[in-house]
Amino acid sequence: MKVLTLNFLTCAVKSCKSSSDSFPLHPKDAELVSDDVNLNPQLLVNLLPRIDWNALRTTSTELGFPQLPEQPPSAEELEADEKMLKDLHTLLMETQINEGKLVCGHCGHEYAVREGIANFLLPSHLV
Amino acid sequence: MLPTPSTSHVPYERVYEPAEDSFLLLDTLSSPSEIAFLSRRFPSVPSTQKQPPPPPPPSSPTPLILEIGPGSGVVLAFLTAHAHALFARRDVLTLGIDINRFACVATAQTVATAVTEAEGGNASESGGGSSSSSSNKGAGYLLGTAQGNLASAVRPRQVDVLVFNPPYVPTAELPSLPRQLGNDSDDDNKVAREEKKTTTTTYEEDSALLALSYAGGRDGMEITERVIAALPAVLSDRGLAYLLLCAQNKPDEVKGRIRGMEEGGPWRAETVGASGRQAGWEKLQIVRIWRE
Repeated sequence: MKVLTLNFLTCAVKSCKSSSDSFPLHPKDAELVSDDVNLNPQLLVNLLPRIDWNALRTTSTELGFPQLPEQPPSAEELEADEKMLKDLHTLLMETQINEGKLVCGHCGHEYAVREGIANFLLPSHLV
Repeated sequence: MLPTPSTSHVPYERVYEPAEDSFLLLDTLSSPSEIAFLSRRFPSVPSTQKQPPPPPPPSSPTPLILEIGPGSGVVLAFLTAHAHALFARRDVLTLGIDINRFACVATAQTVATAVTEAEGGNASESGGGSSSSSSNKGAGYLLGTAQGNLASAVRPRQVDVLVFNPPYVPTAELPSLPRQLGNDSDDDNKVAREEKKTTTTTYEEDSALLALSYAGGRDGMEITERVIAALPAVLSDRGLAYLLLCAQNKPDEVKGRIRGMEEGGPWRAETVGASGRQAGWEKLQIVRIWRE
């Protein structure tokens, strides 16, 4: 799954939903692979308003990518900044989490990722 | 007519095979009225368009599509591969969540194959081609597939289009989760089961996986009711859902209940596609659920 997916997922445990610590999930022992995807600047510009930038900064740092700026660029800034477009494209659209775990910062539950597919089914005592 | 994604690689002994319900979803989602509705709902301004003064309003943010229970992946692949034809924009993100891991694997492959074909058969292209946004071609982007229980792992109020072809067949009871889906991390047999999961399944396990795809419990509505109840929490402000119902689900009552939901309302629910019409009874129908 693409790294961008982490911006749309959270812990499946009901009682974690109200905690801000359950988002984003934290990758652990992540094995990353890279896909070749053609750069689509319009996609990145249209994505900006719906990305949780703070969560993305956390994810990016935890996966060992260069630190993102504290504030998201404006649409105009992003359109004009080829390097930023390329960096975001690589991180969000090309990088996939293939193996590893996703850890909830609230309850500590670890969701396994195998062959690119995360498993969010909960053990019976957490349902 | 947009081509139907190929699912010849899908193991139908344990993943639901595309059938009349799947094809009704494809027909409905690609009908002129739904294409018009979706492009109004998620307006986009192609970046390559020469912009005459005054400048057009900015594009709406990239839509996120979630299919719950994609099974073979035929519907999600259709939506992803034909994103531009259906949404009049190609910056569309898609995500599939299925309780059956085999369905997750199958869906990822069905989408990848359909995207490659839609992009002109260039095998090196794994999504997101270079065709100009004014072209009617143009695939969206699959975020991935994940194993999960309905939308329980999806961050609240993010989904713009939810698609659900539910287990709608009335059954005496809901099937219990097959043991291999249990995911109990403190189980001593976990390693052995993990090995088994990716290799072989028994006939009983396969039957149990298939049962999850069709058995709907009372009125065939037990799983669907859970998804309907979750709509206010799952859908974004501009979000909508396409839900498949069969006649035994008592669709008119279901629509009435949705229109009466207070949380996040007022809600609208209308039938936007139907098949198997017999004496005024639509055997299957697609209900669009949204807010104005």
